[in-house]
Amino acid sequence: MSQPAPADWIKVTPVGLHVVPADLHVDPVRPVARAAITHGHGDHARPGHDAVLATAETLAIMKARFADDSGRQPQAARYGEPIRLGEVEVTFMPAGHVLGSAQILFEYRGSRVVVSGDYKRRRDPTCPPFEPVACDVFITEATFGLPVFRHPDDRDEIAKLLAARDREPERAILVGAYALGKCQRVIALLREAGHDAPIYLHGAQEALCRLYESFGVALGPLRSATEATKAELAGAIVLAPPGATADRWMRRLPDPVTAVASGWMRIRQRAKQRGVELPLVISDHADWDELLQTVEDVNAPEVWVTHGREEALIHAVTLTGRRARALALVGFDEEGQ
Amino acid sequence: MKAFAELLDGLVYTPGREAKLRRLTAYFRDTPDPDRGYALAALTGNLSLKTAKPAMIRQLVAERVDPILFGWSYDYVGDLAETCALIWPTVAEPAQTPRLARVIEDLQAAHRAEVPGLIARWLDSLDAGPRYALLKLVTGGLRVGVSAGLAKTALARLGAVPPEEIEEVWHALAPPYEALFAYAEGRGPRPDTTEKLTFRAPMLAHPIDEDEFAALDPADFRAEWKWDGIRVQLVLRGHEVRMFSRTGEDVGPAFPDLLETLHGEATLDGELLVGEALSPSGFADLQQRLNRKTVDRALMQRYPAFMRVYDILFEGSEDLRPLPFDARRERLAAWIGRTALPRLDLSPLIAFSSWDDLVDHRLSSGASAAEGLMLKRRDSPYVAGRPKGLWYKWKRDPHLVDAVLMYAQRGHGKRSSFYSDFTFGVWADDDALVPVGKAYFGFTDAELVELDKWVRNNTVNRFGPVREVRAGLVLEIAFEGLARSNRHKSGVAMRFPRISRIRWDKPPAEADRLEALSRLLPP
Ligand SMILES: [Zn+2]
Ligand SMILES: [Zn+2]
Repeated sequence: MSQPAPADWIKVTPVGLHVVPADLHVDPVRPVARAAITHGHGDHARPGHDAVLATAETLAIMKARFADDSGRQPQAARYGEPIRLGEVEVTFMPAGHVLGSAQILFEYRGSRVVVSGDYKRRRDPTCPPFEPVACDVFITEATFGLPVFRHPDDRDEIAKLLAARDREPERAILVGAYALGKCQRVIALLREAGHDAPIYLHGAQEALCRLYESFGVALGPLRSATEATKAELAGAIVLAPPGATADRWMRRLPDPVTAVASGWMRIRQRAKQRGVELPLVISDHADWDELLQTVEDVNAPEVWVTHGREEALIHAVTLTGRRARALALVGFDEEGQ
Repeated sequence: MKAFAELLDGLVYTPGREAKLRRLTAYFRDTPDPDRGYALAALTGNLSLKTAKPAMIRQLVAERVDPILFGWSYDYVGDLAETCALIWPTVAEPAQTPRLARVIEDLQAAHRAEVPGLIARWLDSLDAGPRYALLKLVTGGLRVGVSAGLAKTALARLGAVPPEEIEEVWHALAPPYEALFAYAEGRGPRPDTTEKLTFRAPMLAHPIDEDEFAALDPADFRAEWKWDGIRVQLVLRGHEVRMFSRTGEDVGPAFPDLLETLHGEATLDGELLVGEALSPSGFADLQQRLNRKTVDRALMQRYPAFMRVYDILFEGSEDLRPLPFDARRERLAAWIGRTALPRLDLSPLIAFSSWDDLVDHRLSSGASAAEGLMLKRRDSPYVAGRPKGLWYKWKRDPHLVDAVLMYAQRGHGKRSSFYSDFTFGVWADDDALVPVGKAYFGFTDAELVELDKWVRNNTVNRFGPVREVRAGLVLEIAFEGLARSNRHKSGVAMRFPRISRIRWDKPPAEADRLEALSRLLPP
């Protein structure tokens, strides 16, 4: 029996990617009967689905975010253990993006398609590393799909953060970092660099840090920034969602040095526009070299690009002799979480 | 290069003078000669290098990167040096990274044809941050807001030499300033500065408040007009002439019409002005001649430059600065009389016997090119910097206009959680607001909190860090003068605008109109 063409059984619909023979949508933007969720970020995991297939960690994150609306029939998938849905075999594999993040391999009559969601290739102490999976079609993001994006070693960025703290002992160091993933990774990297003082959190970060710890990710002593005094916050590292770094909330901090941990900080104008004093290039997405390396590693003859700067990645992939095209998917955050 | 690149980043991203100072001081302390000296020169614009043209940099990148990818990247990043620094492919076995001094000395020694090869080799050996610093350095685009004042304060913090002393010798030395650093760190003697065309730090005045006059005796003071030109220092050694700005920048080349008329043996302090027959024609005319790379003959004839002198620092090699003002003034008047140079004149003293006399003078229209008065103690020596109690400036009352708040932008540093930069406008003919200026001070901290709240509650549009607000709040703006401007839609540009009062009470419809403002334009 000849293999079906991937485009005949995985379709782009206004709701998201539709795996037709399993009647399942990946990261759908509206409530559906059966969803597979790659990871907990808001542009991928949404409330209101009936059956939800995701890792236990992602299900817990959705429960924390959406409470009763997190999906009527959750089903936990383990990394590397296939689940059969009709004629389709579904396997979740680590994506290295945030806790619980997965690429999803769909296998149908010998045809293999990997939906990678968001991913990175760097080591991250808070989640298992990306594992390349051979496939016929690799579906990838392109958040940092331009050759100017090359993330530096995150240890050097953490060293900058600690140097700023030593230089400015009277000031708080306020780090803008997404509440899911970036926050915990920055904390874990700080701990690895030997910083064992309490780290202070904006209220929006606290619940997810506890959730990470319940899954065995140790984050060391954490305190609420809202309850701390100005004196305690002098010389302290404080984490808050990126929006709060320019908000009234930060007035409680003693003359804060504003840092932001994001792959976008590579671009000076971006950092300057946001008034960032200490840009930290720490990203949970693959950089340009890693996007291309991953395409090599999975060795797929065809690449579909979901969100980000598709045109440059498609151009570069095409130069390697593979087929590549953009999927006009809606609903994803171009900025990447 | 790495330390220099980190310093640049620190200076670019760090708001606030004190934090920048700490960065600079630490760099000067921790970096060996001659790198730190070259860095000082590069940051303060005192380094002359064979610079690379942007086209050459593009060519180097084009040899290594797919042109389509480069094009998209450049569109996205917007800055050539930054795009090239980020996109430059890493090589498998990079050469040793060069130090800053090496880069500069090799560039100075290289033939023009060798420059591209040198730059490419350095780029191969560096990471993205230092690559950016290198490219900015070789394309001459190193503008990070380090003034000479900031740099000299940082040098002074290396040891026990006061900033004025640093400044006094700095300008007589050349990069990489090893003798200057040795002196600043107390390891070396004070460098000898005689016999050189050296800039001397000028003496500055304090603004005076009306209520301070009660404590001052008019008999102790001399009064002069405060001319609305540019403060300059003229250093003459025979026919060698240099003209420096207040900050020690060499501004002479833009004014050959003045410089070629000068000779003598003196260091003079005064105001650079333009106008026919030594009659000043206004700051806007002078501005036409500034910041030009080439001298425009027509402009030079239309706006001939001259200098109105008010102090003398050296005559020959004699340092007159310790003398009292009156004695220096006598020496100056005699010198000007003796040399009779056609484009120098003496700034006159204003006779007065009481402060009330001066009020009349200050308001008089007799000196339209003046922006107020200077009061100088008769016994004041010439002291670099801004010493207390010796010189005062008494500005003419500012102009006031009622304008309507249009946009607000977040501030920096401490103010980054506040909307603290305010663009305001007045009503134009078509009953629409047209922006006429931007102010970011003039209010108290408490008022800032109120303004910030008002902005947040009245936002109609957002563009990045900027909020557009509804036309609902009147600000009384004080400003020093108005010039015509092609760059502004309104056709006018304000000098030194600031918020003098927030008119919570005033209906926006009653704010000023553009016609009223235009009447203040010089004819
Ligand atoms: Zn995403
Ligand atoms: Zn994500």
